[in-house]
Formats: sequence, structure tokens, C-alpha cells
Amino acid sequence: MNFSFSDEEKAFREEVREFLASALTPDMKRAQGLTPSVFSDKEISDPWHRALASKGWAAPGWPPEAGGPTWTPAQRWIFATECAKAGAPSVSPMGVAMVGPVIIRFGTPEQKAKYLPRILNCEDYWCQGYSEPGSGSDLASLKTRAVRDGDHYVINGTKIWTTHAHHANMMFALVRTDDTGRKQEGISFILIDMTSPGITIRPILTIGGDHEVNQVFFDDVRVPVENRIGEEGLGWTYGKYLLEFERGGGIAAARLRRGLQHVIDMANGEAPGQPIDDPALALKISEIEIDIDALELTELRIMSALQTGQNPGAVSSLLKLRNSEIKQAITRLAVDVLGYDALVWEPTRPLYGLNRATLPEIELPVVPEYLNSRAFTIFGGSSEVQRDIIAKLMVGL
Amino acid sequence: MDLTPTEEQRLLRESAGRFVRAQYNADARRKRAEAGEGFSAATWREFADLGWLALPLPEAHGGLGGGAVEVGMLMEAFGEGLVDSPYVSTVILGAGAVAAAGSSAQQADLLPKVAEGALRIAFAHSERQARYNLADVATHAVKDADGWVLDGAKTAVLDADEADLLIVSARIHGNRADAKGIGLFIAPRDAEGLTLTTDLRLGGGKVAQVGLAGVRLGADALLGGLEDALPVIEAVTDHAAAALCGEAVGMMQTLVETTAAYIKTREQFGKPLSVNQALRHRMADMAVAVEEARSLALRAALFADAEPVDRARAVSGAKAKIGRGARFVAEQAVQLHGGMGVTEELEIGAFLKRVVFFDAMFGGVDHHLKRHAALSAAGRAA
Ligand SMILES: Cc1cc2nc3c(=O)[nH]c(=O)nc-3n(C[C@H](O)[C@H](O)[C@H](O)COP(=O)(O)OP(=O)(O)OC[C@H]3O[C@@H](n4cnc5c(N)ncnc54)[C@H](O)[C@@H]3O)c2cc1C
Ligand SMILES: Cc1cc2nc3c(=O)[nH]c(=O)nc-3n(C[C@H](O)[C@H](O)[C@H](O)COP(=O)(O)OP(=O)(O)OC[C@H]3O[C@@H](n4cnc5c(N)ncnc54)[C@H](O)[C@@H]3O)c2cc1C
Repeated sequence: MNFSFSDEEKAFREEVREFLASALTPDMKRAQGLTPSVFSDKEISDPWHRALASKGWAAPGWPPEAGGPTWTPAQRWIFATECAKAGAPSVSPMGVAMVGPVIIRFGTPEQKAKYLPRILNCEDYWCQGYSEPGSGSDLASLKTRAVRDGDHYVINGTKIWTTHAHHANMMFALVRTDDTGRKQEGISFILIDMTSPGITIRPILTIGGDHEVNQVFFDDVRVPVENRIGEEGLGWTYGKYLLEFERGGGIAAARLRRGLQHVIDMANGEAPGQPIDDPALALKISEIEIDIDALELTELRIMSALQTGQNPGAVSSLLKLRNSEIKQAITRLAVDVLGYDALVWEPTRPLYGLNRATLPEIELPVVPEYLNSRAFTIFGGSSEVQRDIIAKLMVGL
Repeated sequence: MDLTPTEEQRLLRESAGRFVRAQYNADARRKRAEAGEGFSAATWREFADLGWLALPLPEAHGGLGGGAVEVGMLMEAFGEGLVDSPYVSTVILGAGAVAAAGSSAQQADLLPKVAEGALRIAFAHSERQARYNLADVATHAVKDADGWVLDGAKTAVLDADEADLLIVSARIHGNRADAKGIGLFIAPRDAEGLTLTTDLRLGGGKVAQVGLAGVRLGADALLGGLEDALPVIEAVTDHAAAALCGEAVGMMQTLVETTAAYIKTREQFGKPLSVNQALRHRMADMAVAVEEARSLALRAALFADAEPVDRARAVSGAKAKIGRGARFVAEQAVQLHGGMGVTEELEIGAFLKRVVFFDAMFGGVDHHLKRHAALSAAGRAA
């Protein structure tokens, strides 16, 4: 066991750095830096996704036969770390990181051939139709109905909190095809074309001032049966498999480090009164840095034990829990560093569209990001739900 | 010692609570927000009629001679309904400075107008480079044959856009962070050379940066003729911080009530969220935080007119602990509402924003812990 890079790994790091130096434009970096929402806007993430795709690097977590690069865990770590350090946007996760692994594992050859290249090349933009108004933590109670009519399902109901439904042309959804047995048993996993007649979208504004999430209504929406993944009634299994990828299995630590660096840069630069000189701040920075170190090595330990593309299992709950809590600690510290500048509320979105700055640009996203980041411990299964999973599956209670 | 409210205090608290419930319930707040209305002149007149503007002002100048305890009661009611008004900026900071340091002529001129609701005063003291150090004043005032000339810049000035006058601190002599040599000046908002850059304020209201470029003021503009006003600035700031602590208690109370009501009705897994012990214990901790905050806000108010060191320790103690407790309560209120908690459709987020404002205003948790520790250490050394 050792934690230093081989010559090949160093050469790979150089290659990543060179790629970033040419492909990541100053505009993309600025726009990403001024993004306070949970996900990058489509107009930022898509160009970056395409740049990665042209290099064959859009889906580091996929096995090579599906179009992923043949990277070792060390290479995946180097790539994630260098991208985060450079301030690259994140690729929309709903395609590459969520539905992709499900199609790879459970899709038919036709489904793989149809969807995987379109995900890799950023031709489809996906959204996730899991939650409903009455079914959040208790996801399995979902009620959106899919009734068989010849070679179609007819869908009625509503999904809520659907991130970027207003950008997406495809949705993967959990729908109820049977309500006679246990609630988990009558669920199916289907792929819905968002341009189908009968779909309407209501925007939901969140407390950071952004439009990320929506409510989606289905009124007799017809979806071909061939759009079902796997077997009818086994959607819960596929849906949970997907959640493991949503929650963890990547390298979240790299982005957290970038976030902490942003706090340090402000404290050492434009924030009022040179807060970096404050020993109390130094302690807090160290505390968070050590938390990130712990998460990072946990992620690496897990990744090293898995084959590329394999599902991480219950430990994904631990990664999600800590990632979300550390993220919130960073955004809280960032607000503290702002001092009185935290009082100024800039309502314009997107922030990168502003040319008259009310605050130093580095400070602009801080308060909205703090507010938006409250959602980290809610989506993808709340912290309370993750703790229940950890207690059950890791501790054995 | 007797901590039961007097009959007058009880009536004040009741009338404030009634007013807020009638005018600042969720529906009313939503309508105001949708109409894009700020704080209305009509409501300010009502405040005057109810005697709230006169409440802490001296009886000799149209005031009721109330103290920080009464102000705290009023502020708690404001917090419960997330009232956003220029009360702290005009009555506690602006008029408070005039009452503490003004000459009798200045007091007689200004305070009755504040009490009647005819005059609003903003307090322009903080400077960006100072962070929370009250002695750090780079803005300077130079005396010449005609009076004073002020140059410099101020930040985080609350409600300046609708103020008639600003009380501006400026250094008359000494170096940037010297304790001595700071004066407070009365400046009309429309004085030549005085510019406002106004922004929306997190959690409601407005905040301004004030530029002062060769602003000419009369020889009588210096408040009380005082060239060592830092003790006044500290006292007035402590009074305002104590008032905001009271407001925070009200916000925390509403957040706990709203969240308890939500988890009792929202069902998941076939039963109300409130049956889950994880959430019951969280709510228990939130309720404990409210009671501790209530006690410390009261403590800060009870010490508001004590010796400066005792006052400062009580206020910093309250500000630090309530800062942390209010954050905890507001963040958990969001958490326990799930997705609904992060939407603009509920008001939990609006309360969270005001809590963040509270924490940042006059210094956050760390600042006040350090101030408390420094005062304690100095006390032990003496
Ligand atoms: C910004 C954002 C983006 C999202 N994006 C998507 C998306 O793209 N697609 C999608 O399908 N969903 C999405 N979600 C929905 C998210 O997954 C749900 O909000 C989440 O599962 C919680 O459900 P809920 O909001 O109904 O809260 P509830 O389930 O009502 O929970 C409310 C509170 O009660 C707690 N709680 C519930 N049950 C228990 C229990 N048994 N024990 C202890 N505590 C409990 C919860 O932890 C939470 O704190 C998003 C949510 C947000 C906020
Ligand atoms: C120093 C000391 C002095 C004591 N003095 C007295 C005395 O004078 N008279 C007397 O009658 N008894 C006394 N006790 C006993 C005391 O009341 C019990 O220890 C206590 O009630 C816990 O019971 P237990 O030890 O059986 O632990 P358990 O009840 O088995 O509890 C073990 C753990 O589980 C937790 N737990 C239990 N139930 C729940 C639940 N529903 N939800 C969440 N957590 C739960 C407990 O908090 C504890 O952490 C004393 C105990 C101590 C340690």
C-alpha cells in the first residue's frame, strides 16, 4: 500500500492538466464559480460535457465496453481532483451518473445501443422522476400510475422536486404498475420522452433564489412498453441500485476541497477585514480539511475495492451523509467570512450574467449557495434516511 | 429580584402580539411580498400611535422612558411575525445615539419628532475594513471656519434609503483604530457629497453603503460636542444587539411552532413524521435552544444599563449563544420540512434568511465569544 504516484500516474496527471488548460475556457470557469445552485446550469454543463466527450472522458465511472475510459481508481481520483481544482463545471449527473449505470446493468442490448451513446455525447438531457408530493422519504408509496394499453403504458400522476425537468428531454421514472402486493413490488422503472403530449411542468423557486426544481404532471401520457427497464414490477430494485450511484461511489472530496479553498481565498483576499488572520477561523478551516481528508480516503478505499462500474452498496449512504454535512459546514463558514457583506442580497440570476457587481465577484454566490445547500441533506434520501440505512445495513440493527 | 412582568409590560407584550398576529400573519406577509411593498409609512404611524417609537426615549423629550426589557418584548413580537421595520435603525441606534450623547438642544430638536413618527434616523458607523471592530474608523472629519468636512465610506447601514438623517461616525483625531478621537455627526441624507448605494438586505429591508466626499456640515453637527464617542457607539450597538436578540427569540419560537405543526400532519410510512424519535429529539433540542435564548436575551436586556463591562459581557454572551441556537433552529426547521422547507412557497426560508442576517449583524458567534473572553480575561487580571 502506498499513497504516492507512479511515473505513469504523474504522466496522466500532466495529460489531464494539459487538457484542462486548453478545454476549460475562462468563461466556463467564471460561470461555474458564480453558480450557487446544487447543479450547474445546462448552458454551462453541456459545453463541458461535450469537451469531455470529445476526449472520451465523459463517463469515468462506466466500464470500457459501455464507453468509459479504462482508468484505474488512482486515475479516476487524479481526474476528479484536477477538474475540481481547475474549477471545471460538473456534468449533469442524471444521465452519466444515475440512469447510465442502470441501463448498463439492466438494459436490453437495444436500450444500451440507443441511450448510452446519447448520454455520453450529451445529446439527451435527463431528469429523475422519483419523488411525489405524498412520497418523499417513503418513496415506495409512490402513486403515479402506468396502465398497460397494448404496447404502451398510459401514465397519470405527478412527480415533484424534479431537478432540471425544464431542461430535460428524457426522464427516468418510478411508476406504479400494480398495487395489489407489497408497495415495493408493484413499481416499474421507465424512460419517458419529455416532449410527449400530456406532460406539463410547474417551476418551483427555492430559497437561494434559483429555479432548479419543478413539479411535473402526467395526463394520459403514452410511453412505449419498450421504454421499460428490466421486468415489470422490479423497478424498486433498479431504482435503489441507481440511488447507490446517486449517493456515492464518485469522488466528492475533490469538490469539497475546492469549496474550502474558495473560503480561504476570500478570507485571505477580498472579504472585509482580512479574516484569515483570525486564529478561530484557522481552527475551523483545519477541522473541515480533516473531515475532507477522512471522506477522501474513505472514498478511495471503497473505490479501490470495487470494479469499475460496480455498485458501491450501503456504504454510499455514509459517503452521502458526510459529503452533504461537510458541504453545509463549508457554506456556513463562507457566510461567516463575509462579515457584513453577507447582508447584501443579489436577486439576479444567473449571477454570471451580471456585469454590475454589488459585491466583490468572489463573494456573490456565497449566501445563495449557503441557502441552496440546505437541500444537500434532503435530496437523494435525507440524512435521517441515510442514518436509518447505515444503522440497518452497516451496524446490523 | 422579581422576574415577573409588570402590568404595563404585560399589556405591551399583549398588544404587540395582537398587532403582529393581525398584520404579520403568513397571508399578510405573502401579500406584501407579492405587491413588492417595503415597510409602509402608514404602519410607521401606527407604531407611533401605539407608543412604540416613544417607548425607549427619555420622558423629557416626548418619550416613555422604557428600557431594554420593554424593547425586548416588542422585538420578540416582531420576530414572531418576521416584521421588517426600521425600528432598530431609527429608534435604537439613531435616536439611541442622540439620547445618549446629544446636547439638550439636539435632543429637544430630534427626539420628539422620532417619537411622533415624523423623523427617521439611520446609523452609519461600520466600515468595511473594520469588520466588527467598533474602534476602527477611517472616515475623518476636519474642522474649518464654517464647520466640519467629512470624507470616507460606511458599510452595512440599515434602512438609510428612507432615513431623513444619518448619524455618521468620523475620526476627528488619532489613528485608524484608536479608541479615542471618534465623533458622531448629524448629516441630512441629502447632504451634498453624501451618496447612498442601496441594496436589498438578506431577510428583508434595505442596506446601504454610504460614500462621503467632502460633505460639509455645520459646526453644531457634532453630537453633544463629543470628540470621544466610542463608549456611546459601544453602548448603542450593544442595545441594538440586545434588541435583535429579542427578535431572534421570537423567530425561533415561530419556527419551532410551525415545524411541530408540520411534522404532526405530514405523513410518511403511514404515520405522522412526529412519531419518529429522531425527529422528536431534534425538536426537543430546538425547544431547549429557544428557552436558553429567551433567558439570555432577557439577561442582555437586564444588563443593558449596567456598567459597560457587565453590559458588554451579557450582550456578547447572548449574541454568541443565540447566534448559534437560532442557526440550529432555523436550519433544522428547513430540514424537518424536507423539500418543502427549501421552497419559497413556505416561509421557513424567509426566517432562515433573517436568522443569517441576525448572526452577521454586529458580529457573529466567534466575534462575540472573543469579546466575552477578552472582557473576562481583563476582569481576572484586574
Ligand atoms: C433541491 C432538491 C432537488 C431534488 N431533486 C430531485 C429529483 O431530481 N428527483 C426526485 O425524484 N427527487 C428530487 N428531490 C426530492 C428529494 O429526494 C426528497 O425531497 C427527499 O427524499 C425527502 O422527501 P420529502 O421532501 O417529501 O420530505 P419528507 O419525507 O416529508 O421528510 C421531511 C423530514 O422528515 C424526515 N423523516 C421522514 N421520514 C423519517 C423517518 N422515518 N425517521 C426520521 N425522519 C424522517 C426527513 O428526513 C425530513 O427531514 C429533490 C429535493 C430537493 C430539495
Ligand atoms: C448513577 C445512577 C444512579 C441511579 N439512581 C437510581 C435511583 O436512585 N433509583 C432508581 O430507581 N434508579 C436509579 N438508577 C437507574 C436508572 O434510572 C436507570 O439506569 C435508567 O432508567 C436506565 O435504565 P437501564 O439502566 O435499564 O438502561 P436501559 O433502559 O436499558 O437503557 C440503555 C440505553 O438505551 C436508551 N434507551 C432506553 N429506552 C429508550 C427509548 N425508548 N428511546 C431511546 N433510547 C432509549 C437509554 O437512554 C440508555 O442510553 C440510577 C442509575 C445510575 C446510572
